[in-house]
Amino acid sequence: MYVLEMVNISKEFPGVKALDQVNFKVREGEIHALCGENGAGKSTLMKVLSGLYPAGTYSGDLVIGGETKQFHNITDAEKAGITIIHQELALVKEMTVGENIFLGSEPQKRGFINWDELYHNAALWLNRVGLHISPNTKIGSLGIGQQQLVEIAKALSKNTQILILDEPTAALTESEVDILMGILNQLRSEGVSCVYISHKMPEVFALADSITVLRDGQTVATLDRSETDDDHVVSLMVGRELTERYPRVEHTPGETVLEVKNFDVWHPEKRNQKVIDNVNFSLRKGEILGIAGLMGAGRTELVSSLFGAYEGRSEGEVLIEGKPVRIKSVADAIKAGFALVSEDRKRQGLVMGMDVKTNTTMATMGKVSRLGFINENEEIRWGMRYVQDLKTKTASLETEVGTLSGGNQQKVVIGKWLMSDPKILIMDEPTRGIDVGAKYEIYHLMNQLVEQGVAIIMISSELPEVLGMSDRILVMSEGEFVREFDWREATQENIMQAATGGK
Amino acid sequence: MQLQNELQKQEAPVAKASLWSSLFGKMDVRAYTMIGALVLIWALFGILDPTFLTARNLSNLFTQMSVTSILAIGMVLVIVAGHIDLSVGSIVGLTGGLAAILSNWLGLPPIIVIVLTLAAGAILGLMQGWLVAYKMIPAFIVTLGGMMVFRGVLMGVTKSMTIPVSDPVLGMLANAYFARGFGIAIAAIAIGLFVWSAFRKRHSRLKYGFEVSPLGVDIIKVVGVALVIISFVFIMNNYKGIPFPIIFVILLAVIFYFLSTKTTFGRHIYAIGGNKEAARLSGINIHRKTMLIFLLSGLLSSIAAIVLTSRLASATITAGTMAEMDAIAACVIGGTSLMGGAGTVIGALIGALVMTSLDNGMSLMGLESFWQYVVKGSILVFAVWLDISNRRKGAR
Repeated sequence: MYVLEMVNISKEFPGVKALDQVNFKVREGEIHALCGENGAGKSTLMKVLSGLYPAGTYSGDLVIGGETKQFHNITDAEKAGITIIHQELALVKEMTVGENIFLGSEPQKRGFINWDELYHNAALWLNRVGLHISPNTKIGSLGIGQQQLVEIAKALSKNTQILILDEPTAALTESEVDILMGILNQLRSEGVSCVYISHKMPEVFALADSITVLRDGQTVATLDRSETDDDHVVSLMVGRELTERYPRVEHTPGETVLEVKNFDVWHPEKRNQKVIDNVNFSLRKGEILGIAGLMGAGRTELVSSLFGAYEGRSEGEVLIEGKPVRIKSVADAIKAGFALVSEDRKRQGLVMGMDVKTNTTMATMGKVSRLGFINENEEIRWGMRYVQDLKTKTASLETEVGTLSGGNQQKVVIGKWLMSDPKILIMDEPTRGIDVGAKYEIYHLMNQLVEQGVAIIMISSELPEVLGMSDRILVMSEGEFVREFDWREATQENIMQAATGGK
Repeated sequence: MQLQNELQKQEAPVAKASLWSSLFGKMDVRAYTMIGALVLIWALFGILDPTFLTARNLSNLFTQMSVTSILAIGMVLVIVAGHIDLSVGSIVGLTGGLAAILSNWLGLPPIIVIVLTLAAGAILGLMQGWLVAYKMIPAFIVTLGGMMVFRGVLMGVTKSMTIPVSDPVLGMLANAYFARGFGIAIAAIAIGLFVWSAFRKRHSRLKYGFEVSPLGVDIIKVVGVALVIISFVFIMNNYKGIPFPIIFVILLAVIFYFLSTKTTFGRHIYAIGGNKEAARLSGINIHRKTMLIFLLSGLLSSIAAIVLTSRLASATITAGTMAEMDAIAACVIGGTSLMGGAGTVIGALIGALVMTSLDNGMSLMGLESFWQYVVKGSILVFAVWLDISNRRKGAR
């Protein structure tokens, strides 16, 4: 018995077929994973399902519980029991948990909000998702994981039968992921169906009952979990067999390029709290140093502090090629030979409204200008060089980066930093939100750079990536490096053990 | 997303521009809409009142727009950087008062009066910029405070009196006209410079081995600009010659056009407005740039103050009241986004011209002044609505 059937759904944007005869069926009380590369049509399909694209803008049938439905807006979809939880959570930070849960559907009496009933019911829903906090708490004071549970509670309060989760674990810590999975398992046993969109194969296989793979706007396959494995799903997503996901190349590290001694970093607001405590490490020319650890372990704080971009105070010795350097600003860091590909390219890496070439030259305007005047031709030359070197797919150098795909945006960020001729390239989550094909290209590029003598520090929360790419792995936990591994001796298990505080 | 895949299939890293887009490529849609609107407004007033399109009235019109234009040129930078400057009207009032005091009460020579006035404007801007950039107080609050404080100081130092300015040099600045021959000479130089720069750009692109637009396109562009310049000078000469203040406006517009599009400083401002965090992580000194923007805005306000004081031949305590609103409206009508990151100097000038044309045309027709407020306000909202609905269509 299918609770949801999407039959032969096609949706066209001017000039492009985003969905082409897609079929997608969800049974009652199952968790159904929807996989596909970026641009495969997952989001478009879910927007059709949740009423964001109203009936008439697509062709095909939407059958909910055996009845053909037509949604004209999100409210229609919600009435039919369908709620979508987006990757970027849609909660009002300044309001309380209770107010958020009932936002837009506040219990009323004679036109006034019945606050007692609202908070009483909110507490019940919170209980249902296993979140034991007061509904009077402000959303802003909750962690991302807890906010996600509030979103689920909000969805359930609308009598949701089909819950859509778009990349729900992108910003969660391991333990939060576990809690989320527990809740989803519980909801499944209560008969709620769930569509789970994710890139992360381990999660998909831990949770899902069935898996549908989309590619280029078409349904490639719907599989039972028991009849497939993650390599198979990944190969269906990219449409080719992936012989190796990580191109390992033997590197021969040269002399030491960076030494960090007794490095401390303090929290920007709680000024007595150390976020990095007495860290020592060194980095050699031509190697990839992987830094693993849980979210909040202090990895990003360490590198952004080295890069002169962290708000909190820092202390300690930094030597580049044996010479001590003082880095007080990002400009100092760039001069000293650092480059930082930050973890969030939308927020920190690119100016989305500007074009490819201006983003490329952003950090090294000196190379394309004289006495403050920009030489546009030099700018085009540099922009073209990195577009060609990195094989960035863009219509032109004057294309706004906001319209590029994630992988190509990341290449623009990398090009921007290559232009500064870095000695030390720090890459914070270099492949987050990038599809499998582009990931491989970026790994390949990292190997090339290392060969040219650049030293790379790679922060990653994806353990297979750390294992697959690093020459050396440092594990950070609570602001300290707790262990160092050679890549040959590292495993997911011993890294996790070190990261969670075990020895 | 699929659309991107389509786009990515095209190999060429540099767009092959069509004739149309190589002529009109880089300017934004709203600016063009506004040029269209401007032509429409002029045609309408021309039909309703034959005196509107006479050389005399157009000359007046350009003189009238000078104060708003100068303020709008500075305001564009402030708004592009993601801030706002509500104090420019009061800076106009205060520095105008200062100029009158220096000239009339202290009897200083005009050149010293001008230098001190400009310095005062720059310092007021700098102070506010420091508070915004380094003390992190929102610009809205800082400049709202400045707006009240500066107006108050003006009332205090002038004891709420109107101070006449009788210095002939100061009086000339906004009321004189360039001799006709001089106007023609300026036009010739301007056209010469434009031809030269177009040629140089072409030459340089060829040197780099880049594709250049067909020669015909460049010629059409040059001829178009030359025609605009010639007809402008011709019309102005038909009355008394080019009015002095308009030369200030054009000079400042050219300087700030280059500053905003051709220098690293300008690029950094757009980057800060477009994504502050990305700009910071690219090593751009956000604090210093922000402070400089406010300094420039203050400086331009004092230039506007000199023009205004000269035109009225006196400084009053109400001088420049609401000028900040006209300047902001001009920017917005000309395509500047209040979210920051987008906007052009040329657009702001067109916006200022639209606003002034409405003022001028309606008072020419003898409409009561309340109409000017109603119409200008409606046009402002209409322009933004048009832009937003256009953009939404584009996003679909």
